[in-house]
Amino acid sequence: MITGPALLLALLEGSVGAAVLALTALGLSLVFGVMRVINIAHGEFVMLGAVVAWWCSADLLGAHPLLGFLVALAVAPLIVGAIALAADWLVLRRISYDPERTIVATMGLLYIIQQGVLMSYGPDARPLDPPIYFRVQFPGFGYSGYKLIVAGLALLLLAATWLLLARTRIGLYMRATRLDSETAQAFGVPVKRVYAIVFALGAMLAALSGVLIAPIRGAHYLMGADPLLLSFIVVIVGGLGNLRGTLLAAACIGIGEGMISVLFSPTLSKIIATLLVAAVLVVRPGGLARGATP
Amino acid sequence: MTLLQTRNLTRQFGGIRAVNDVSFALERGEIRGVIGPNGAGKTTLVGMICGRVPPSAGTVEFDGANITRLQPWDRVARGIVYTFQITSVFKRLTCRDNVALAAQRRLTRTTGHRFALPQALLDAAVDEAMAAVGLTEETERIAGELPYGHQRLLEIAMGLALKPALLILDEPTQGLAPGDIAPFCDLIRRTAATTTILFIEHNLKVVLELADRVTVMDRGAILAEGTPAEIEQHPAVQQAYLGD
Amino acid sequence: MRIYALHLAVVAALFAVQFALPAYHYGNVTRIMLYAVFAIGYNILFGYTGLLSLGHALFFAAGAYGAGLTAHWWSFGPVAALGAGVGAALLVSLVTGLIVYRTTGVAFLIVTLMLAQAAFLSTLYFNTVTLGDQGIVLSLPPVELFGAALHLADPAVKYNASLVAFAVALLLSLWLLRSPFGRVLIAIRENEARTRLLGYNTALYRFAALVISGTLSGLAGALYCLLFGYVGSSFASLQYSTLPLLWTLLGGTGVTLGPPLGTAITHYLIDISSGLTSSYMIIVGVALVAITLWFPEGLAGWFRRWRRVRS
Repeated sequence: MITGPALLLALLEGSVGAAVLALTALGLSLVFGVMRVINIAHGEFVMLGAVVAWWCSADLLGAHPLLGFLVALAVAPLIVGAIALAADWLVLRRISYDPERTIVATMGLLYIIQQGVLMSYGPDARPLDPPIYFRVQFPGFGYSGYKLIVAGLALLLLAATWLLLARTRIGLYMRATRLDSETAQAFGVPVKRVYAIVFALGAMLAALSGVLIAPIRGAHYLMGADPLLLSFIVVIVGGLGNLRGTLLAAACIGIGEGMISVLFSPTLSKIIATLLVAAVLVVRPGGLARGATP
Repeated sequence: MTLLQTRNLTRQFGGIRAVNDVSFALERGEIRGVIGPNGAGKTTLVGMICGRVPPSAGTVEFDGANITRLQPWDRVARGIVYTFQITSVFKRLTCRDNVALAAQRRLTRTTGHRFALPQALLDAAVDEAMAAVGLTEETERIAGELPYGHQRLLEIAMGLALKPALLILDEPTQGLAPGDIAPFCDLIRRTAATTTILFIEHNLKVVLELADRVTVMDRGAILAEGTPAEIEQHPAVQQAYLGD
Repeated sequence: MRIYALHLAVVAALFAVQFALPAYHYGNVTRIMLYAVFAIGYNILFGYTGLLSLGHALFFAAGAYGAGLTAHWWSFGPVAALGAGVGAALLVSLVTGLIVYRTTGVAFLIVTLMLAQAAFLSTLYFNTVTLGDQGIVLSLPPVELFGAALHLADPAVKYNASLVAFAVALLLSLWLLRSPFGRVLIAIRENEARTRLLGYNTALYRFAALVISGTLSGLAGALYCLLFGYVGSSFASLQYSTLPLLWTLLGGTGVTLGPPLGTAITHYLIDISSGLTSSYMIIVGVALVAITLWFPEGLAGWFRRWRRVRS
């Protein structure tokens, strides 16, 4: 029997998950939209963010967990962004962003990052202290205040990314490249630099969501698989490379996934989400193609 | 006797009518040339005939049957064969494989062998088509290594291997060396003995020399139709197309 | 005919070396031949038809679970279980083929990845049946053949059963790809739009290629499960989708002997590095990046170029 408070709890959990998922998926969608490549290693950037958060957490710095968390929020995107820039410069640029070869290369990158972390950080799932601890009382249950802050921060970061795209020159360059990279190049947009920045930005968004969820889920070298799968689902349902669609899909799928996770089982929710996408494809195979050529 | 008939055929791209309400008939056995300025809708029109482009409105009838809703491969089965404006042979395969792909399509259908087509039968069909375009010597070469003019001929050989009832050629002489054009016209004339031919062409001299009848298109509609001599004299044509 | 002679010679050589191989390599070659069946199946779709699947673990696992579950829960004998495994893989391939019927390119690889992931999660979720991560350990009765009882635990039985599967897969793929059907698959890889205008319903051919590819991969999975007496969730994990990609890329796409060669090299590379570190999968990552950067045509392409330079 599902009670009112249980339903409310599930809704809350789903909303928090949706906010973080939107951040992760926005990174993937941005990379696909502007560069027309699929980054299979996207989930590993989330994992790296969480590992950096663990590394910065109180255990290591010996300070208040909040300090570690704030340091991680600043440091993780820098480190992960630098790794992404290096990957772009050393690999992707050299294969001219060929879609198929990029997939194989980022698949390789997935294993290099994941196994590199296994080598240095180890196979354990390590918990983190929440940076802030307080509970918000809802009718029938208390809810972790940190999770609400996570959702708030994720929304704030989404808004910041949106402003970056809409209001800055680099954002204009990105939008121009997304519409037509050849024309953009002809109008003096440094397309290669835009690609590098977009790839790094996508990775940084993933890393930030990794930092945000680390105190909730801990840090583990295999934790990149779930965010990758869910972002793929979101990006497909939202229309490949369509940013508005991505956010809308993230909200729906995140909340749905979170609610089924709480009420039934996390594994079941992912199975359902995956099969849902398969169903979408059967009914509307053109939906994807339409998204791919906006 | 009419082989192909389009009725009120229309194709819209966004707000633009690339082809607007075109009714067009083709007699069996004729060589028909289509001319017109860029953007007149020629390629879109033949695209709707061979099934590459779905029409927004109107119908296409071929050999007495309505084929408007048929997929391109089903139209090939009925004998409508299209060769591309930009040469699109399989560049990394040998010429033999290129032509065999076309020949086996016809042979698997006529003989019923799907997996074990007798090699001799296939080879004979390939050799016949390659001989028809005069490329026998090149049969075992990689298609992409042939000079451009020969790639165009290979493309025609692929079309011939399908033994089409209607062969559609999109700008066949584009990119050919001046010396290759006369032999090419001979090839088309020989082919016309067994096939109806519809071709889009920019080289007016080729059109007037080769075609039995000529259709002039402009802005998505048919401007004039007639024998080459009539077309040369047509005032509207002279003004709209030949005037420059 | 020379090409068939070459392939038969490879099979004959593999039969002959079993009398000379030390025990350690004997087991390795057995596994390599089984994985090579998987690689050959993968190559039909990726190398010949040009469709990049990131979810072939789905078919491998379908074969393995089809065989393992029927043997474990319904006491199927090895032969019946093998049939069940191949049947399951065929069924899964048919359903997958219908789902992806009109998708190609990026959408195709995302959907295959996701379907495989759904299968992987399902093996965990329905752990009362599959025993999840821990997996099912089988103890199978011997197979009666020509009056002899063949014990599946016997290394010689494993070796020769794998060899038979390998030979069948290799020759079948060679014959298929040199048939008119195979020529169309290659044409789809080279230029699908052109192939359509030569009169081929290319979606139907892609579907057929997927079903053949998936069923062969399932054969490999079913035999692997039966010969090594185990099936677990890891069979459906991303690793089993990545490996066939690496085998095929390393050996060379679109060459029948390339993927088996790539399988052998990868197997020994992983075998050696797993003795050095527990993060041995990093070698797979490095290999994938290195291949995209420096050997996009794999060993077969490298060999071809070397021969051209010499002649």
